[in-house]
Amino acid sequence: MTNNLDVFREEVEVWVAEQFPKSLVGSTMGLEGETSEEAKADFELWRQRLADKGWGAPTWPKEYGGAELSDAEAKIISQEMGKQGAFNPIPLMAGMGVTMVGPTVLEYGTEDQKARHLPGIASGKIRWCLGLSEPNAGSDLASLSTRAEDDGDTYVINGQKIWTSGADISQWCGALVRTDSSVGKRDGISFVMLPMDQKGVSTKPIQLISGISPFCETFFDDARTDKKELLGPLNEGWSVVKRLLQHERQSQTQARSPSASSNKPSLQELAKTYVGVDSAGRLDDPDLRVRLIEHLMDVQSHSLTVGRITEEARGKVEVSAAASILKNSATRVAQGNSELTLELMGNQGVGWEGENFSADELSNVRDWLWGKAISIYGGSYEVQNNIISKNILGLPETTQKG
Amino acid sequence: MAALTEVQSMIRDQAKTWIREESPVEKFRQMRDSGSDLRYVPETWSGMIEMGWPGIIIPEQYGGSGLGYLTFGLVLEEIGRHLTASPLFASALVGASGILIGGNEEQKQNLLPRIADGSAIITLAVDEGPRHDPYRMEMEAKKSGSGFLLEGTKTFVQEGLAATDFIVAAKTKKGITLFVVPGNEKGISREPINTMDSRGYASLSFSNVQIESTNVLGSLDEGSDLLDRILDCGRAGLSAEMLGTGAQAFDMTLDYLKTREQFGRVIGSFQALGHRAADLFGKMELSRSCMEAALRSLDDQASDIPEKVSLSKAKVGDFLYEMSNQLIQIHGGIGMTDEFDAGFYLKRARVIEACFGNRAFHKDRYARLFGF
Ligand SMILES: Cc1cc2nc3c(=O)[nH]c(=O)nc-3n(C[C@H](O)[C@H](O)[C@H](O)COP(=O)(O)OP(=O)(O)OC[C@H]3O[C@@H](n4cnc5c(N)ncnc54)[C@H](O)[C@@H]3O)c2cc1C
Repeated sequence: MTNNLDVFREEVEVWVAEQFPKSLVGSTMGLEGETSEEAKADFELWRQRLADKGWGAPTWPKEYGGAELSDAEAKIISQEMGKQGAFNPIPLMAGMGVTMVGPTVLEYGTEDQKARHLPGIASGKIRWCLGLSEPNAGSDLASLSTRAEDDGDTYVINGQKIWTSGADISQWCGALVRTDSSVGKRDGISFVMLPMDQKGVSTKPIQLISGISPFCETFFDDARTDKKELLGPLNEGWSVVKRLLQHERQSQTQARSPSASSNKPSLQELAKTYVGVDSAGRLDDPDLRVRLIEHLMDVQSHSLTVGRITEEARGKVEVSAAASILKNSATRVAQGNSELTLELMGNQGVGWEGENFSADELSNVRDWLWGKAISIYGGSYEVQNNIISKNILGLPETTQKG
Repeated sequence: MAALTEVQSMIRDQAKTWIREESPVEKFRQMRDSGSDLRYVPETWSGMIEMGWPGIIIPEQYGGSGLGYLTFGLVLEEIGRHLTASPLFASALVGASGILIGGNEEQKQNLLPRIADGSAIITLAVDEGPRHDPYRMEMEAKKSGSGFLLEGTKTFVQEGLAATDFIVAAKTKKGITLFVVPGNEKGISREPINTMDSRGYASLSFSNVQIESTNVLGSLDEGSDLLDRILDCGRAGLSAEMLGTGAQAFDMTLDYLKTREQFGRVIGSFQALGHRAADLFGKMELSRSCMEAALRSLDDQASDIPEKVSLSKAKVGDFLYEMSNQLIQIHGGIGMTDEFDAGFYLKRARVIEACFGNRAFHKDRYARLFGF
């Protein structure tokens, strides 16, 4: 078993070394506007090679564009790519496709839906967005009011979505819509897939505090989709979306502590540079030092817990109760990292743009601002605590209207 | 819970059942109320010996079962849950680790089988002041003839009353040296210390205690690394016990949240309390991972033992501190009564927190290990 993985690791290493265009080493995924024509061509070449190999979504079945690999093998691929400065751009290019829509289609989709939608996702050619949240349906998603009406072969959709990440650049959308308003609020919801390029769909970008505009208001005004695009049974969209959100959480539990995952200096090295040390070699700010220690301990205890859960899960079906804490724990790690970085950089840590600041200083500001979203999306910090207290600890529901 | 081997699961299940049946908190209460000098129930200790627990980390060739630190930790966690007092930790984990790591063949053959069968209780005498500070000591061992003269005092020695032998840290000419000293040596006197957790702590005074060079544990003047290793074994074990204490406090609190009613509903339906419970649950799970990793690193003789151990003692310490306070708070008035067990958990939590380095000590050590 281990041997097979070692052999696989060598194969991956060789393949990446041969196929990954060296010009792309260290590039930020090639998704930024100002890249040269040459870089764009290399980028497209790399995407196509990955897609041909089935490594855009390596664990998916081969017939749908994957490579039928195990989780362990998929992990090896990303580790080996990381070592050589390579990356898999397909999950980003597919929007919500690889991480959320795809796995849910694999589970709930008809043969026809899998064959039509999955290869486009696995090759990074079709980008998907998710239309779940509405202005009056956030944490309480089931109170959504966008509706779909039966019109023979198609559904006609009317309503408004908000915070739809990538809506302005996506080709397809997975949307939650009300298909029966005569029943309880969770019972009349369905999950439909619809093409974004049509008259009835319009989007309006929203700018974030970090200066970027990754999401939109999305308006459905007699938008249409074929009935064969209903995912899962009619009026059972709530179960579908619950699974979908589980996939989302799974993809969010990996604490992304930027300085830990790249070859940037560690937080403690940064702190020594910006803050200095006393004669005993201790960071010259005792209060910051303690908080830095506590953060590093959070980072380590989080990753040990991810490891423990993986180990416990081996050979078992049910998910360990400890898994429920990972989203909030990952949030603490990620937000803690950029808060501390900002703080230790002092005045250099608060730049917006311009020559006075280094690229790392500027990018931390944007990361820090963006990071505030982590405790809001995918089930807010508070909603996660509700889930733990009810589903894991067995305490009564606290969110019913009195 | 870590993925366990069959033997490990068996021992954990045995510990769970046995301690619940033979050593519930009620027994500890009786012992405290009786004012016993030993500060543990002798039959409980005998029962542990019968089950072979004192031999868990001792290799088979020296009369133990060689099952390692993680296995020992599983037992300690159950002990922590029910506040079982006994010399198990002080002797069979700390004392035995000292002999195992530092002892020569003769010392091992002499002492390990006696620890395993319970006939010897060997405990570490390291601290001298109010705070754990293992490298600062006044106690001296002066060369005298072929041996040494020990002079000084030690305090907060665990199971210092029951101990048959001590591992004593003292200054020697060029450093720190550890000695194995029989407790009945002339010139040693012991005084009980009454701590709030009702355990068997003692202060020791050594006046002109003559010992031989064969009493040296490890190498002369080079005891600080050894001391560190022994302490790390102890600290990892303590964090397992602490996690058990905290986990039990959590279960008691959760139970109360589900049963106590106010304003016409169970108090666990108040979101402020539900979120507090969720938060504590998270801290418990995160610190469990650290604790298990620390015990594993001892079993693997990994290079990152100090880092993992300090992480564990600090993280479990943070959890237990908060959990023991919430245990009282969430129980309201009943939490304040001596008749209810919560107070035992709170008192034990603070004593064990101070033992072998509190959270501040281990956070500082962790930072030093990472070079800042
Ligand atoms: C960067 C980003 C990307 C996003 N991408 C998408 C996307 O692609 N598609 C999509 O559909 N949505 C997306 N969202 C929306 C996201 O899912 C919602 O923001 C989220 O569900 C919270 O809803 P809300 O913003 O309406 O906040 P609200 O639900 O109004 O929450 C406001 C506050 O009240 C608290 N609160 C709410 N209910 C409870 C409760 N029961 N108990 C205790 N506290 C409570 C919340 O924790 C929060 O602090 C995105 C959001 C962000 C920030």
